Amino acid sequence: MGDMSNHSQRVIYLDHAATTPTDPAVVEAMLPWLTEEFGNPAALYSLGLTAARAVQQARQTVASTIGADPEEIYFTSGGTEANNWAILGTAEAHQSKGRHLVTSAIEHHAVLEPMQFLAKHGYEVTLVPVDSAGLVDPDEVRKALRRDTILVSIMHANNEIGTIQPIAEIGRITRQAGVLFHVDAVQSLGKIPVNVEELGVDMLSASAHKFYGPKGVGFLYLRKRTRVTPLLHGGAQERGRRAGTLNVPGIVGMAKALELARERMQEDAVREATLRDRLWEGLRGSIEAIYLNGDPIRRLPNNLNVRLDGIEGESMILMLDMEGICVSSGSACTSGSLDPSHVLLALGIPPENAHGSLRVTLGRSTTEDDIDFFLQVFPPIVARLREISPVWCANCAAKQRN
Amino acid sequence: MYSELVMEHFRNPRNVGVIEDADGVGEVGNPVCGDMMRITIKVKDNVIEDIKFQTLGCVAAVATSSMVTEMAKGKTLEEALAISNEAVAQALGGLPPAKMHCSNLAADGLRAAIEDYRARQAAKKQ
Repeated sequence: MGDMSNHSQRVIYLDHAATTPTDPAVVEAMLPWLTEEFGNPAALYSLGLTAARAVQQARQTVASTIGADPEEIYFTSGGTEANNWAILGTAEAHQSKGRHLVTSAIEHHAVLEPMQFLAKHGYEVTLVPVDSAGLVDPDEVRKALRRDTILVSIMHANNEIGTIQPIAEIGRITRQAGVLFHVDAVQSLGKIPVNVEELGVDMLSASAHKFYGPKGVGFLYLRKRTRVTPLLHGGAQERGRRAGTLNVPGIVGMAKALELARERMQEDAVREATLRDRLWEGLRGSIEAIYLNGDPIRRLPNNLNVRLDGIEGESMILMLDMEGICVSSGSACTSGSLDPSHVLLALGIPPENAHGSLRVTLGRSTTEDDIDFFLQVFPPIVARLREISPVWCANCAAKQRN
Repeated sequence: MYSELVMEHFRNPRNVGVIEDADGVGEVGNPVCGDMMRITIKVKDNVIEDIKFQTLGCVAAVATSSMVTEMAKGKTLEEALAISNEAVAQALGGLPPAKMHCSNLAADGLRAAIEDYRARQAAKKQ
């Protein structure tokens, strides 16, 4: 590749959809609960009660942020547990009503896999398609509903392409039909407004490390009187619905992170969207045969996902890594897999193009300099990879013929 | 994930390009799978005098392509045909298990180019 810059020691992190750095103020808020205030919140002595009060306060913060009541918040180990609980717990609790569930083709694996698990155990799952921008048509959800449908699960914003779904419209449909509605809000919470009343949802999953909180903690919002069988059995924590000693430092940290996100959401969104748009304009101006994946308007402010003809994703990622730039080809959770992204395939993108996609997700630390550096190093990487690509030359020939 | 040698070949791939007046061309893989390779060879007195490759694919696909061109250059056709996928991966210090299928591409591409060369020679004799 040659030495294209002397910036290689600098790390430019552009994979905020995978995870975010824990905010220093969050770490500070967590520290006492890892040290002096280590008590088990279930204990009766004052050391335990102090921890219980901290958890209660955090619950209050989380609840008020999403327009819920504190007793509707259940702390979990993260988004995966919250999604699994919502889906498997609903299936178990409502099987006498029916065994049919509805979800979209572009959900995270933490939703699709439990759905597939249920499909192997006597349930039926309908996958609602998305359009070429990755949007679910609420009418498709309506058409998928049956007398025996017990759950609709649609993500708020997609982790790969950032598309924001018409959740409120879908919520009106499910409510009218009397079907429970779960929303995976792991990517949206902290970036765009999330209010369970406005969205009309019965269950909502979130994960702290996506909004500058710690890893290993999240929550499930369960609307009052929503019947869901526990996933974890054991102690009587979380009103007997989620066993396991509460992760007090994590919970306190998540609440602090949510507070910060709430305060700066608008400012972050505008700043990151401006930088994101600058990046996209720069890329399309300097690279041929580069296309946007997803919806240009209805998407998360920090998300850019592009595909390039004649290139494979992993090569781009590792070449960018040599320049100190961290990006992803799609979901970090599937980067070990060789299959093209199920999300991009669902948009109708052919597999050979889906392989050549790149996800760039900006964050609070992203600067104009970072974007300019990206724009400086990326076009030569593309040129280099296309130079060694047998497919790109075929493309050139096809273009000349046209 | 990748050995230093794999990364070195990825960063500085050997013998990239196309031999315009090639004696044999091998194309393997499928862009649908994300991996595709084209090898062109120049043969003189039964020896691979020159060899070039183009590859679309992951780091392992590029590195194995690069490595197989190094291994085959200057070899007789018989010696080159004896290069196995495993030998290419081994020469690179191993590949992650999930990527072992990529290494098939390189030796297969070389074999396809040699077969193409032999088919052309046979056609000439007729």
